[in-house]
Amino acid sequence: MAPSMVRKTMTFGEGGLAFVFVATALLSIVAAAKAHDAPFAFHAFLAAAASVAAVFLIFRSYFSRPAELPAQEIDGKPNYDDGATKFATIAAVFWGVAGFTVGLYIALELAYPWLNFDQAWLNFGRLRPLHTSAVIFAFGGNALIASSFWVVQRTCRTRIAGRLAPWFVVLGYNFFIVIAGTGYLLGVTQSKEYAEPEWYADLWLTIVWVVYLLVYLGTIIKRKEPHIYVANWFYLAFIVTIAVLHLGNNPAIPVSFFGSKSYIVWSGVQDAMFQWWYGHNAVGFFLTAGFLGIMYYFVPKRAERPVYSYRLSIVHFWALIFLYIWAGPHHLHYTSLPDWTQTLGMTFSIMLWMPSWGGMINGLMTLSGAWDKLRTDPVLRMLVVSVAFYGMSTFEGPMMSIKAVNSLSHYTDWTIGHVHSGALGWVGFISFGTVYCMVPWLWQKRQLYSLKLVNWHFWIATIGIVLYVSAMWVSGILQGLMWRAYTSLGFLEYSFIETVEAMHPFYAIRALGGFLFVIGSLIMAYNVWMTIRSGEPAALPARPAMQPAE
Amino acid sequence: MAHEDIDAVTGTPTTGHEWDGIKELNNPLPRWWLWTFYACVVWSVAYWVVYPAWPMISNFTGGVIGYSSRASLETDLAALHQLRGAKAAALADASLEEIEKDPNLLAFARAQGRAAFGDNCAPCHGSGATGSTGYPNLNDDDWLWGGSLAAIHQTIQHGARSGDPEARENTMLAFGKDGTLNHTQIVQVASYVRSLSGLPVEQGVDVAAGKQIFAENCTVCHGEDAKGNQELGAPNLTDRIWLYGGDMATLVETITNGRGGVMPAWTGRLDPVTIKSLAVYVHTLGGGK
Repeated sequence: MAPSMVRKTMTFGEGGLAFVFVATALLSIVAAAKAHDAPFAFHAFLAAAASVAAVFLIFRSYFSRPAELPAQEIDGKPNYDDGATKFATIAAVFWGVAGFTVGLYIALELAYPWLNFDQAWLNFGRLRPLHTSAVIFAFGGNALIASSFWVVQRTCRTRIAGRLAPWFVVLGYNFFIVIAGTGYLLGVTQSKEYAEPEWYADLWLTIVWVVYLLVYLGTIIKRKEPHIYVANWFYLAFIVTIAVLHLGNNPAIPVSFFGSKSYIVWSGVQDAMFQWWYGHNAVGFFLTAGFLGIMYYFVPKRAERPVYSYRLSIVHFWALIFLYIWAGPHHLHYTSLPDWTQTLGMTFSIMLWMPSWGGMINGLMTLSGAWDKLRTDPVLRMLVVSVAFYGMSTFEGPMMSIKAVNSLSHYTDWTIGHVHSGALGWVGFISFGTVYCMVPWLWQKRQLYSLKLVNWHFWIATIGIVLYVSAMWVSGILQGLMWRAYTSLGFLEYSFIETVEAMHPFYAIRALGGFLFVIGSLIMAYNVWMTIRSGEPAALPARPAMQPAE
Repeated sequence: MAHEDIDAVTGTPTTGHEWDGIKELNNPLPRWWLWTFYACVVWSVAYWVVYPAWPMISNFTGGVIGYSSRASLETDLAALHQLRGAKAAALADASLEEIEKDPNLLAFARAQGRAAFGDNCAPCHGSGATGSTGYPNLNDDDWLWGGSLAAIHQTIQHGARSGDPEARENTMLAFGKDGTLNHTQIVQVASYVRSLSGLPVEQGVDVAAGKQIFAENCTVCHGEDAKGNQELGAPNLTDRIWLYGGDMATLVETITNGRGGVMPAWTGRLDPVTIKSLAVYVHTLGGGK
């Protein structure tokens, strides 16, 4: 081996980041000492521990790396860096199983309320945001980050920008998840749906997200392809818009810099409007645009077919981006939100129908000439069924935004059913399909440990979704009709508690559906584990040998 | 482009680019997709003309039919009042006794009372008004503060220990906590109370002593015969109907720490006619006097 010609020195990034983390460790210890409340002290200690761990990891990576930094290309081929992607993929599987399990538990609590055992931290009010954040932000977010890092490198034919930055994004994001989740259990919340984490978690997420954007843009800027692939437009729209939404919905004034409580600067109906502008576009840009980015890479890749229509992709992309951002007010029909705002929210939701379906058409029609693969490849089947669920949800959504429909559906379980046909069917299945695609690629295995288990996962989870969604449709419509029923004398037919009682059987069926979904995810976790541990190595290196991730 | 790249399977030209093996076909927008999209836009524009839609500098476009959700709510409420009709007005004017004598009014009042009960009273008294521990059953004829129409009306209006100046007010004393009785005495008097309704008493307990303690401490409110006193809200202790429970442990707890359940005052929360209907509803549940 030829002796290295380069003297080993610490890069500015390594040194600077280590210095920053030493500083945050010290600051966190001070904050912990001066904390006004126990959860804040706990979080400050976590931050101190994480900072120390970060310094350790930076030095370990420095001492274990060769003097020369990893090359951008080896033998003219891009030297991809998938270390952070691997971590985020595993994290997605872990948080998925955890989030679905919490979901199952709260579904059981709704059917059998004694399951909260009179413990504050087991209360539905605390577990519910734990579930939603775990599945949307932890499971979905890690799937998005992992897949986006994979996709942006391959479709730009270049190594990801930054060496520590992708790791900072993935580890920083997961630290945010830990702070948010433990906070919910301890009762720390700013009580804004899907934006529950308190001010200090929000600030940290802002830093992480800006770095994510920079990594993404940096990679696109140094791309070796003349054009930016459509998946990257969607990923970029997701990253940029989530930043805007996060900043718009979360400005808050902390009661103290050493305490967890803060107050949002918005108030009254403006606060409600900001909340649902954020909430609806979290669906639009996190759960739709981001996952369409996944769809545009993994469906054609797995089907080995070209994308159906370039023109459709560009038209539906811009229509979706332009129209989605207006649709939030449909969450506030028949409230003190002005009538004109409600009208705009509803009509833009209607106009959004076809732009949403553009993604479904492009996804499904990409299969033309490859439909036979659905019989033999359960991973592709999962991806395609997810697109079908996407189509169903994006029809149901505009329909529910119509005021007359909304007057029946709003505040009922129908909304929960709608959300879960999108969340379990679309987001869940496309993420599972992506994990099944990426794990053998990332760990350079010839194939998954077992396609049979994928098949089992597919069918068990599909039955689970059908049970879940149909139970919620029936219970939601029943609930809405019971709420509005009048007697012939002009009085309400049912008291609220009678409507709750009527929901019980459907809540039990829903929990059964959720149970099947959890079982499916456990099968996936086992399959992923076995693939990584004992899968047959890929026969031919599909791409050049990679340097160690760090 | 030198020559077009054609997808072999479909015969469709591609855009000529390729990313990590992925190409894009140069298919046009599906016509049905495009026309449905246009139709949604046209429908939305039409909706904007008809309904309030776009913000202006100091106002907003009101729409040609003058719709507002506030006016629409008022229309719905007016329709509801129309449905309730003359009976609602008659109910407001009638006295409680008159309501019970007129079968039409009674049915109407009971319908209103039932609806109000379900959302306001059922959380404590149960949806069938059967009560639960600490919350009286309203179906039987065992009343704490009286089961006449007027008494029930009074209780609903002002509540019990609610802070309302006219609330039902009394206290079951905490004989144990205050040091009036020791534990042995409490067990004795509790056993005596159980014996009043023929419930078995633990062997070896001096029930006669309990009787003596009862005479000295309890008869002021519960009466010599322990049949209670509705003037004071003191329950009858001989009828095997218990508010908190008639087992030894609960009785000892009651005598040791006292009781003082609260019922809110409904005046101000519900309108007077609804309260009237509730009184009639509760009175006609089965135990009204």
